[in-house]
Amino acid sequence: MVEPGTRSTAPTASGKPAYPETGLLDAYQLMVLARAADERCLMLQRQGRIGFYAPLMGQEAAQVGASRALAPEDWIFPAYRELAVALARGVPLKAIFDQLLGNADDEIKGRQMPNHFGFRDRNFVVASSPIGTQITQAVGVAMAAQRRKDPIVTIAFFGDGATSSNDFHAGLNFAGVYQCPSIFFCQNNQWALSMPRKRQTRSATLAEKANAYGIPGVLIDGNDLHAVYAAVREARARAVSGGGPTMIEAEVYRFGPHSTSDDPKRYRTDEELSAAKERDPISLLKAELVAAGKWNEEADRKLWEESRATVSRTFEAAEKANPLDPRSVFDDVFAELTPRLKEERAEYDARMRERGLPS
Amino acid sequence: MTELNLVQAINRTLRDAMHDDPNVLLLGEDIGVNGGVFRATEGLFKEFGADRVIDTPLSETGIIGAAIGMALYGLKPIAEIQFLDFIYPAFDQIVSELAKFRYRSGGQYPAHVVIRSPYGGGIKGGLYHSQSTEAYFCHTAGIKVVVPSTPADARGLLFSAIADEDPVLFLEPKRIYRSLTGEVPEGTEKVPFGRARVVREGSDVTMFAYGAMVPPTEEAAERLARDGVSAEVMDLRSLVPLDEAAVVASVEKTGRAVIVHEAARFCGFGAELAAVLAEKALYSLKAPVVRVTGFDTPFPYALENVYLPNADRIAHAARSAVRAS
Repeated sequence: MVEPGTRSTAPTASGKPAYPETGLLDAYQLMVLARAADERCLMLQRQGRIGFYAPLMGQEAAQVGASRALAPEDWIFPAYRELAVALARGVPLKAIFDQLLGNADDEIKGRQMPNHFGFRDRNFVVASSPIGTQITQAVGVAMAAQRRKDPIVTIAFFGDGATSSNDFHAGLNFAGVYQCPSIFFCQNNQWALSMPRKRQTRSATLAEKANAYGIPGVLIDGNDLHAVYAAVREARARAVSGGGPTMIEAEVYRFGPHSTSDDPKRYRTDEELSAAKERDPISLLKAELVAAGKWNEEADRKLWEESRATVSRTFEAAEKANPLDPRSVFDDVFAELTPRLKEERAEYDARMRERGLPS
Repeated sequence: MTELNLVQAINRTLRDAMHDDPNVLLLGEDIGVNGGVFRATEGLFKEFGADRVIDTPLSETGIIGAAIGMALYGLKPIAEIQFLDFIYPAFDQIVSELAKFRYRSGGQYPAHVVIRSPYGGGIKGGLYHSQSTEAYFCHTAGIKVVVPSTPADARGLLFSAIADEDPVLFLEPKRIYRSLTGEVPEGTEKVPFGRARVVREGSDVTMFAYGAMVPPTEEAAERLARDGVSAEVMDLRSLVPLDEAAVVASVEKTGRAVIVHEAARFCGFGAELAAVLAEKALYSLKAPVVRVTGFDTPFPYALENVYLPNADRIAHAARSAVRAS
């Protein structure tokens, strides 16, 4: 049992690595693929081929570890930086790139900025931009599952900044009161855009905020795949057995900008970034694999090469997809078009016809 | 048919819906053990238990956020916001999340939540227990907004709201919760959204109203009739979707329009109605459209009867419209 506010950096209580040994290499490959995609997407935005991007670099172990500790029927509520969570769930990279482009294959039909994807068939709920709003919603799903006696959990991903939001407070409070099967997974990447963690809250840790809601709060090293996996597994086991919610604070560092619209040089030093990169989760896992005799530099070089090629190939395929049907702008506001929406669509159609353009 | 007041009709409809569908559940502040501050959920906690009539902590964003999650999972939550004046902590959840879930997910995640909330003045509630701020929500794509004005419509519209596939804000005119009674069907007949009700036919002027403004508008029509003015009274019932066809057809017939609501005038719902008439019925108009509304002030406590439209102001506006041509 995790005590409120305790720090768990050891892989497991027994001292053995928690992540299943047979899956370690696969986890590493996913993390590298996510990093390769991330690096490429930042460039694609600079080239004007996608409109926006919010990188996750530095958070790969936290995302893959958490995602892989869940069951497929568990519901994931992402923030908007959870590309590796989605990949680890089995979402194809092409589907993510389709969303970045807003093409005809995009499952959300071009309705949102890049990074705000959602995949119902993977129980990966569509993201939104307002901070923290997914937290109470994830609690609602957990309350519903609790009522139906379905043995699932919901996990809400959010950042350090979200712990100041209304919905963080409301969500943890509801979960504490109803003891529903919720996991609150905070990726504390130290920066909420330009606001450093220390100025976000006077609390010594974010995990200890859970104490006030009667919820165990666990602080872990988010760069350690094993620690993340162990903490989420334990929280999940407790939740499905009726033991209630858990908050996990995974300490990581946002290596990249908040988004492509941000220049972190305005508010943080290169020294700080370099120091954080000493604990790059990908390097840490690689070192572990090499030490165990399961990996070597040659294999690593090849993996990076292949991952970058996969990213390029997949993005180019996504770029070839058809554009969206312009008339689809009116769909999905409601289950059916209201008379007003029909009228607006007819206005659009009429103008396209006048101009001799396809509508 | 049974004679019920409006809040009794809502209570009975909630009970019937919960009997008919085990997925329907209620959540809100003081709605369970206490039966709701207006008694709309009286007896339901005892009948259906704490799992389906959920007393929540005091957090509107928690209520609506949790209701959204429940709806995503396939339940049919009906959330109560104790007063419309207290809905704003949940404004983000309603306008940024609930109303946009279907759209922003490309249709993958419809979120059918019904939000019930008492609104409006005339109960000596002052600033924070009286406002009529439906326009904020009507302005947001993706949420339907309906307002009953009779016990029978309260039942029929609430059944429609529960059966709908989209989020619905169901506004309850608390001023007439108990002040009038009416025949209410026993069955589960729905009153469809987007269908206005002609309360009284007339030929000289159409007076549009909804919710608690319907009774004073009817009274104004009576007064006008005594002066030889034939006023049509139309209860919009559903603001989103709006029965534009009925609105336009009525003004094409009468040539004059008076719009009544208790919300402030500036950017109030009447502005949209007036715009519809300007766009679609201009050549039928014999006089300028007149709005009879709350003033562009905060809602006053001691002077609420100065603020709220009444039969005198409504009839006066109609007479001026008739006199204008």
